[in-house]
Amino acid sequence: MSEAAAARPDAPDAIRVENVSKSFGVVRALEDVSLHVRPGEVLGLIGDNGAGKSTLVKILTGFHKPDSGSIFVFGDEVQLKSVTHARSLGIDTVFQDLALVPGMSVYHNMFLNRELTRGIGPLRFLNNREMKKRAREYLDDIGVRVPSIGAEVARMSGGQRQAIAIARSTHSDARIILLDEPLAAMGAREGALIIELIAELGRRSDVSMIVIAHNYVHVLEMCDRVNLLRNGRIVLDKRTDETSVDELTEIVAREYRQVPRADA
Amino acid sequence: MAQAATNAQAPVEQRAGLGRRVAAALVRRREASILVVLIGLVTYFSIRSEAFFGTDNAQVIAEFSAPIAIIAAGEVMLLICGEIDLSAGMVFAFSTWIFYFANTDWSLPIWLAVIVGLLSGAAVGLVNGLITVLLHVPSFITTLGMAYLLNGLTLNISGAFPVETPGGHTFFRIFGASPYVTVYWALGVIVVMTVLLTRTRWGLHTVATGGNLLGASESGVNVRSVKVGNFVICSTLAALAGILESVRIDTIQALQGGFPLMFYAVAAAVIGGTSLFGGSGTIVGAALGVLVLAVLNLGFTIQGISAYWFDFILGVAIIVSMALNVSLERIRQSGRLGGTT
Repeated sequence: MSEAAAARPDAPDAIRVENVSKSFGVVRALEDVSLHVRPGEVLGLIGDNGAGKSTLVKILTGFHKPDSGSIFVFGDEVQLKSVTHARSLGIDTVFQDLALVPGMSVYHNMFLNRELTRGIGPLRFLNNREMKKRAREYLDDIGVRVPSIGAEVARMSGGQRQAIAIARSTHSDARIILLDEPLAAMGAREGALIIELIAELGRRSDVSMIVIAHNYVHVLEMCDRVNLLRNGRIVLDKRTDETSVDELTEIVAREYRQVPRADA
Repeated sequence: MAQAATNAQAPVEQRAGLGRRVAAALVRRREASILVVLIGLVTYFSIRSEAFFGTDNAQVIAEFSAPIAIIAAGEVMLLICGEIDLSAGMVFAFSTWIFYFANTDWSLPIWLAVIVGLLSGAAVGLVNGLITVLLHVPSFITTLGMAYLLNGLTLNISGAFPVETPGGHTFFRIFGASPYVTVYWALGVIVVMTVLLTRTRWGLHTVATGGNLLGASESGVNVRSVKVGNFVICSTLAALAGILESVRIDTIQALQGGFPLMFYAVAAAVIGGTSLFGGSGTIVGAALGVLVLAVLNLGFTIQGISAYWFDFILGVAIIVSMALNVSLERIRQSGRLGGTT
């Protein structure tokens, strides 16, 4: 967590979920889930397939509406209606498909739908030079290396695309960023660079992040705090510097030894 | 500072040989390869026949090309955002009749009649677009239906008899009765549409919509508006081309334009490097594609080769250029002919 954010203990949580439940037909996807993210904090959300991670993310992005419970964004209760609505409240999501346009340049992707223009009145033209300059400066600043700022995203590796998508979110005016499995389908070396990028962004910016992940080692490296989701419930909430891979593994193993619920 | 993202590619270009650099340029700038084809064709036909470079021929090429180029500019926008308009050739005739009736039957001044004609085109585009995005009917079907619908309507309102184009002297001078005026209009359309496509948010959003529909809408791009807007642009340009052509030939016919004109425009766009899968294409490329068609047409005529072969060659050209596009795209994405833009 950035120091500026940590210095404001009275500030409301960036996002606060209280007693949220969600069912799809007979399937209880989320049961009485409560979690919070402090401003500038990076929260890791772990759990295996079907634990409810995706459902939670989709509720926070406005895709699904919860059956019950409340969501607060910087202290204000909100009813998230759509992705656009969530974004207008400062919640941006980096989906697994990354939402990049392969045939477009890195800088046009970075500025998609918030392009810089110049001109008079309604006669406005893209200010490509400024977009290029700012995109290059920002990527340099956070340590993302791409072959060329004007090169098409189609020519980038999976890791570079992920980095561009994350950089686009943090570069926008989003205050809360949801990263949906940013390390999925990525090689070890590229994954390590993405972990470093997320950790770096967490250290330096006031942006709050929720990172969905599978791997405990990764989560401990890039997050300030970790929540474990199992069968639609939060079963663990710990600071990453107060826990270890061993402890997480043991807690998860203990959880699994318990008799599964009848409807699970 | 984190060192994220990987393997910055070595700057291939600086060390690459000339041949490789030319190849890279051809891959990168789609217009370049079609320009080479065009120059090759012109060279071939001028060697085969001295008559090829006559001024009359230049005019023939210009008159053949101008209306197709105007429509092609609209089709490129639609193809890039992942749609197509098969009704453009019918709008070409329909809107010209609306223009005629606005001036004669409704007694509007000629300039107002032109605007009414253009608006009738825009209205057709709006209907095409709304049916496509709101009812989720593929644009291929929407505009195919619209093409037949309009053709029937045009035949009915016109009584299928040709009429003389209305308008006074000044109007005729500006709207195409003198040689090359339609060409100036076409050049104007090409410039304006190129600026729209490459220098404005609208153009960028058009590319994004065709390049990654879901991603563009997740980024907040209003992909429906982009599509409907481009349908309107395409139909309005078809109406403009129809009115210009009617002034040039001083006649309005129910069966002018039609499917052949529209398919020439689509063929020119594809030959000029526009992808039918959406996401990429250029107006200039399409205009060069039109010139290729025009030169082929004229060259064959001068050499006395049967017009039947024109369609044959056109067919080959469409298939070859589409196959080329697909493989070039693969090469571009593999990054083998690297380099930066």
